Amino acid sequence: MVPANQLSKDRLAWMYTQMLRIREFEERVKRTFVEHPGVIRGHAHLGDGAEASIVGALATRNDADPVMPSYRCHGYPLVLGTPARALMAEIYQRRDGVCKGFGGSMHLSDPAHHFPTASGIIGQGIAHAAGVAYAAQVKKTGQVVYSFFGDGSSKQGAFHETLNLAAVWKLPVVFVLENNMYQAYTYYKLEDANAIAGDPLSQKAKAYSIPGATVDGTDVLKVYEEVGKAVDRARAGQGPSLIESRFYRLSPHGNAITVPPVPTQFQEHEAIEVYGNKAEFEEAKKNDPILKFRAQLIANGTLTDADAKKIEDSVRAEMDEVVKFALASPLPTPEDAVKYVYA
Amino acid sequence: MPREMMFAEAIAVAITEEMQRNPNVVFYGQNMAMTDRDPFVRKFGKDRVRITPISETAELGIAVGAAMSGLHPIVELYMAEFMLVAFDEVINEAPRLRYMSGGQVKVPCVFKAGFGFAAGWAGQHSNCTYHAMMGIPGLKIALPSTSADAMGLMRAAIRDDNPVVYLHHYMLTIDKGPVPDGEHLVPFGVADIKRAGSDVTIVATAWMVKKSLAAAEMLAKEGISAEVVDPRTLAPLDVKTIVDSVKKTGRLVLVDQAPRHASAAVVIAGEVAEQGFKYLKAPVKMVTALDTSVPYSETLESYVLPSEQKIVNAVKSVLAMQAAAV
Repeated sequence: MVPANQLSKDRLAWMYTQMLRIREFEERVKRTFVEHPGVIRGHAHLGDGAEASIVGALATRNDADPVMPSYRCHGYPLVLGTPARALMAEIYQRRDGVCKGFGGSMHLSDPAHHFPTASGIIGQGIAHAAGVAYAAQVKKTGQVVYSFFGDGSSKQGAFHETLNLAAVWKLPVVFVLENNMYQAYTYYKLEDANAIAGDPLSQKAKAYSIPGATVDGTDVLKVYEEVGKAVDRARAGQGPSLIESRFYRLSPHGNAITVPPVPTQFQEHEAIEVYGNKAEFEEAKKNDPILKFRAQLIANGTLTDADAKKIEDSVRAEMDEVVKFALASPLPTPEDAVKYVYA
Repeated sequence: MPREMMFAEAIAVAITEEMQRNPNVVFYGQNMAMTDRDPFVRKFGKDRVRITPISETAELGIAVGAAMSGLHPIVELYMAEFMLVAFDEVINEAPRLRYMSGGQVKVPCVFKAGFGFAAGWAGQHSNCTYHAMMGIPGLKIALPSTSADAMGLMRAAIRDDNPVVYLHHYMLTIDKGPVPDGEHLVPFGVADIKRAGSDVTIVATAWMVKKSLAAAEMLAKEGISAEVVDPRTLAPLDVKTIVDSVKKTGRLVLVDQAPRHASAAVVIAGEVAEQGFKYLKAPVKMVTALDTSVPYSETLESYVLPSEQKIVNAVKSVLAMQAAAV
């Protein structure tokens, strides 16, 4: 892995661009609930605040490495190269969506860009990711699989069973536990024995005798370095690692759960809504990973302020077009609903 | 020249030959492939044949991920009840992912498990749980009753691009039967008439096919000609063959080892009521387990489960158009 301090200016600019694309995309999804009610159905989960963690991790990839996120999955395919308009169209239930309107926000899929599927059942994708890694091992492809999941899923049976078996089989997989301190509405110290004891969640790696590390998930280059070490180990046949990436999600868990015809939208973060902890939320906003990286890149001369603005303008223009495309896209033909049941 | 093979042996031969044919087929589970002396390990090596801990969620979830990535996993689960521990993977992951992706991925895998072990294995190890898997779009279910069908369906399951639950009845394990030479394949969704007859159609599943054939022999001695139809797969289900048989005989008795509302009988009865009503000369009759768990003691267990005599009684009652207490 190229050390973080040797990354090229182009690569750093690319990382900044991808972080912006994720933020801008998620902001548009959020605004759609207010500006175009009914266009997005069901439950959508946003990754605003996760940008440094997502991009820092994915920047360590070889091109063929598969990525298996949770249902909070919009940001990953954006970085992998899935056209943003196809992702938005899917979220907007359109037939030009990446899953032709069959899956929606929680179940995006783009195997052509190494993103097989996402499961909407918390934790189950961790086992799927290990399966993808098992195939890579048997077929000797040299791929390393990225398994992303939240702190909530680290209490699921699937997490524990999979980490053990992945360790036993020395599977080429990196488990990235994205600890944003909230599992839906539940603050993590209400439900995690390690957290209550003041221990990091990466401690769970010790239960399976695999390497574990905790990293500041709001610092894209720190994430890049820590995940990079885990990827190098996996690619060398040394088996899995558990990386706890700590950051804050800036939106609540998902749009408010309502029953039609009651409209839905994103409300206040649970910190405020449930726990009355506005100070914590405001602190997290000040610690915005995108603003931090921007300042860092300007301070070390990678970008000028004008460069950064140019990137920001082009990302905004891209997402303007993406929303326009998705809104104008046709809905699926009803009779198509009976397709794709069997291969 | 067909060979005689035990039911379990026919399945093992199918797995072996399919693993030889397709290098992407892998086979793993608990308490198998423990040592290098294991015949599957010797033939195919430790990449393709592995032992797992007691971790059904991981075993089945890994099968799903591996299947999406070009392998064709067979997971040995031993007992269908053990699938319940990881039922999300069976019902809500494996059969859903292709559809939700708009057809971009496929999940070709075989979940192999024995079931119905009515030999004193009692309440948690003797069940028929297939009702919970029927009607799940995208999931296939195989339920062979003979060595030939066991081999043919396992071959077909391994060649199928979809998730297949392959259930083999424990009470048939050492039964011998003829198996055709060569690459014997049994297609999914094609029922088999195990015994031709004219007075009544008996549709039975797995071990109940054997009991129904024995009951048919008993009925033949009294001049009653029973046709025994074996669906062989519960999903897809060959309703047409069953309705065609009912068209011929006018009478239908359904025999399934599960309790009434958890049986394949109840599903097939519904189909015949809708599609074959005009052919029926009498109401259908279902012979299923009573509504209890399976008890341990033999006198209790045999009271609860279907038997040859209960099948004979059901046929006679349908022929007499009477509701006999079965």
